[in-house]
Amino acid sequence: MGEFRMPSLGADMESGVLVDWKVRPGDTVKRGDVVALVETEKGVIEVEIFESGVVESLVVQPGQKVPVGAALATIRTDGQPAETRPSPGAAVTEQKTEAPLVSAPVTAPPPPKSLRPRVSPLARKRAEELGVDITTVTGTGEDGSITALDIERAAEQAKPSATTVAPATTKGLDLNAMRRVIATAMARSKREIPHYYLSSTIDMRCALDWLAAENAKRPVTKRLLYSALLIRAVALAIREVPEVNGFCIDGTFKPGDGIHVGVAISLRQGGLINPAIHDVDKKTLDEVMENMLDLVNRARAGHLRSSEISDGTITVTNLGDQGVESVFGVIYPPQVALVGFGKIVERPWAAGGMLGVRPTIAASLAADHRVSDGHRGGRFLIAVNRLLQEPEKL
Amino acid sequence: MTALNESQIKEVVLRALGNVAPEVDLESIDPSKDLRDQIDIDSVDFLNFVLGLHKELAVDIPDSDVAKITTLNGCVGYLMARVKCA
Repeated sequence: MGEFRMPSLGADMESGVLVDWKVRPGDTVKRGDVVALVETEKGVIEVEIFESGVVESLVVQPGQKVPVGAALATIRTDGQPAETRPSPGAAVTEQKTEAPLVSAPVTAPPPPKSLRPRVSPLARKRAEELGVDITTVTGTGEDGSITALDIERAAEQAKPSATTVAPATTKGLDLNAMRRVIATAMARSKREIPHYYLSSTIDMRCALDWLAAENAKRPVTKRLLYSALLIRAVALAIREVPEVNGFCIDGTFKPGDGIHVGVAISLRQGGLINPAIHDVDKKTLDEVMENMLDLVNRARAGHLRSSEISDGTITVTNLGDQGVESVFGVIYPPQVALVGFGKIVERPWAAGGMLGVRPTIAASLAADHRVSDGHRGGRFLIAVNRLLQEPEKL
Repeated sequence: MTALNESQIKEVVLRALGNVAPEVDLESIDPSKDLRDQIDIDSVDFLNFVLGLHKELAVDIPDSDVAKITTLNGCVGYLMARVKCA
């Protein structure tokens, strides 16, 4: 029997509100399936499960707030022990958050067909609109299912449940809460991480010429943005300087289990989030572009997945669209590096004994001096530069 | 596609902009000024805007023409010339 626990979706997350289950007892799940929606200060996140099996019971009901590490559901895994997925954020958080253990019954009774009432989509929507906790509503529909009318009746008679700290809703972001999370993470970063900063100006003529020629051959639906080239170049440069990719936990460097590039995305309502594109070094440029577009759109719509929130091994921030010439970022702990790009600016450029005008971009590296030094950081930026001179290989 | 007049095309453009930047008061957009100076949109948003126009009008706007659609007036004029108009 395994336990599906409240994941840590960031170094400073201590608890989350279960918004909704995507599975029922008896459902078969496999690693990577989205099984629950959890609300955090970063919005409502689709939480994936990291072991395969059959959902035995749902321990926590929608609307309940539980600490990181607390069991949310029990999973029958055919005798296999529960797999606890290491999460760098969790490693930090779980030390200070003792999750109450919810033990599975020693002899589990056969699971009922469903512990969760059936709720029509319209009823669920009305519940969200009216802030009604579905778990407190008695259904009068077919087989006890909850109808929109039941929700409206419940809203009229509603009394807040003592155990319900937030309605099961996918309401908008609490920007104050998100600002507090950013403040905590950045203060911790500045307090604990000895940053060093390097910058390099990169000639983007080859990259932009190649991109223009490539985009001219493509339909608009397959168009590439230069940010995809930057992300690919960063990922491939990491292969040469791997010490900028991973985490520093308790003063010890733990290399990333892959090259998962977090992309800093500003949200339209304000705030910032840096979900990751997984295994960027193993993907094609088209895949990275597709992933990036999808990630930005889902981040802004509030549909990110837990693995995207917690798996980033390095962060890239591109503030060029905001007209910024260069950016010296604050590392997102426990990561050990952040790469910043400014806007593309035409500059006088001397090359091959000739002076010309080139489109250039300032690339910067903020890195953790406990893990790497300026020499290696410099090698990293040199590699990024070199890779961008051969865009066709990206 | 049915022929569209100028005001219908403008409606499509504003709808595509609204999808990208839902917080923007579309009425307040100055049609002669660069959209990017009036609305907080980045390159991904702008691509989504172009994709939105493509989806609604089946127009493939090449990268080299992007400079022609950076104002509301410019965008409507460009699309008038590209789509079947009434």
